[in-house]
Amino acid sequence: MADEQSRVAARPLSDKPTLRLSGKDILGIREMSVREIELILDTAESFKEVSAREIKKVPTLRGKTVINLFFEASTRTRTSFEIAAKRLSADTINISASSSSVVKGETLIDTAKNLEAMNPDCIVIRHSASGAPHLLARLMRVPVINAGDGAHEHPTQALLDLFTVREKRGRLAGLNVAIVGDILHSRVARSNIHGFTKMGAEVHLAGPQTMRPAEVERLGVRWHMSLREVIPRADVIMMLRIQLERQGGGFFPTLREYSRFFGLNLELLKAAKPEVLIMHPGPMNRGVEISPEVADGPFSVILDQVSNGVAVRMALLYLLVGGERESDRSSP
Amino acid sequence: MKRRDKEMVMDGETIERALLRITHEILERNQGVKDLVLIGIRTGGVYLAERIREKIDQIEKVRVPSGIIDITLYRDDFAIGLPRPLVGKTEIPFPLRDKRVVLVDDVLYTGRTVRAAMDALIDFGRPQVIQLAVLIDRGHRELPIQADYVGKKIVTAAQDEVTVLFREVDGQDRVIIQEKIP
Repeated sequence: MADEQSRVAARPLSDKPTLRLSGKDILGIREMSVREIELILDTAESFKEVSAREIKKVPTLRGKTVINLFFEASTRTRTSFEIAAKRLSADTINISASSSSVVKGETLIDTAKNLEAMNPDCIVIRHSASGAPHLLARLMRVPVINAGDGAHEHPTQALLDLFTVREKRGRLAGLNVAIVGDILHSRVARSNIHGFTKMGAEVHLAGPQTMRPAEVERLGVRWHMSLREVIPRADVIMMLRIQLERQGGGFFPTLREYSRFFGLNLELLKAAKPEVLIMHPGPMNRGVEISPEVADGPFSVILDQVSNGVAVRMALLYLLVGGERESDRSSP
Repeated sequence: MKRRDKEMVMDGETIERALLRITHEILERNQGVKDLVLIGIRTGGVYLAERIREKIDQIEKVRVPSGIIDITLYRDDFAIGLPRPLVGKTEIPFPLRDKRVVLVDDVLYTGRTVRAAMDALIDFGRPQVIQLAVLIDRGHRELPIQADYVGKKIVTAAQDEVTVLFREVDGQDRVIIQEKIP
């Protein structure tokens, strides 16, 4: 009886373990712990099911307001956040810089303070200056989610990438992940480097030497001189978008040459593992960094990334919004 | 928060007999298995629904469709800002339109869980009827909710904790009342 007593007493108050994220914001993968990442991925699984229903809505964030503050153009990420919030029954407001008073010269701080006076429950911000979300997070009482800041981080992209790989392969630890392209300017690369290494995967980078960040090995990754080198051992090949504007910047001679050396096509994939996953954060330059046959082929999980993005963002909104006050538990 | 066992209300045998009776009552009231569907409320209800399903199979030689519902996203206390429980997966792989749904849970207390479950269910289609089967009804309802099938009705104090142990996870079947010790 004494044994039973202690075992029963050790049982938590409810059947479910209670877990939460450590801070009020999601600013970058670098500051996140493995447990937090796992919590987000586990939660996202349940939200994926909601998107498969006929009535794709749950009442959880009813009456809450999520503001999408996008200072950089984006359709994919912004739409994803909007759908995620709406499926949780939250109200969404989209503010894009070009159509806001930022054009009239209003500072970020003033924009934020004005918004806060209207009582939102969460701000999602994308900005071309690294650190802008962090500034907002310090100033505002509500949760702030970084939807991409400069070349710094894009945490929700990395989370959905981790989710996609975990879903397809059942695990993350021990996997070999190749990220290919303009690493220097890529916030997606940075967040994924932090994410995959934290979760125990081995990250290998490849791209033109001109696009290699200084001392990038300090992040715990290996740099390779060519795409060919990383393909055979890769479980995941993540192609980054080459910005067409970079052509004039002296990083590579022509797009054609870039494509010839760092573009992924079916021929190259013959050397890949049979279950390799091909990923791309989008939008793709078909025929430049990735050939149409690969993008639309059997190894590609690019569209899974997009649908998983909604589930992951739903999970984040669910975990962040709603207040953190400790009070008596509601009874069943 | 420490807890001490106050009383064992049901043991393994009693639980099995109650479930058998509930199974027969379900079949009687619904006149067989036509359109019958069992939905277990996570987590306790899931094991009980599975056992009832087994028993129906033994009696009627039919495996009725079963599903799992997680009510975390439908709770009415989300806005208060309680620590968030881990969201479990809802698995209802068939439409519920025109089905006779028997919701199964382990303990019926304030009724809020069942209210949330019904909200969630109706999003999956309009059932013909929803009935509720619980192992324990411990009173103290805060909403006008009732169970159609009850294993055992018990009297509890509000500070008591009713714990149901399942052999599937705890190694034994048991219902105990515990009180909190300061």
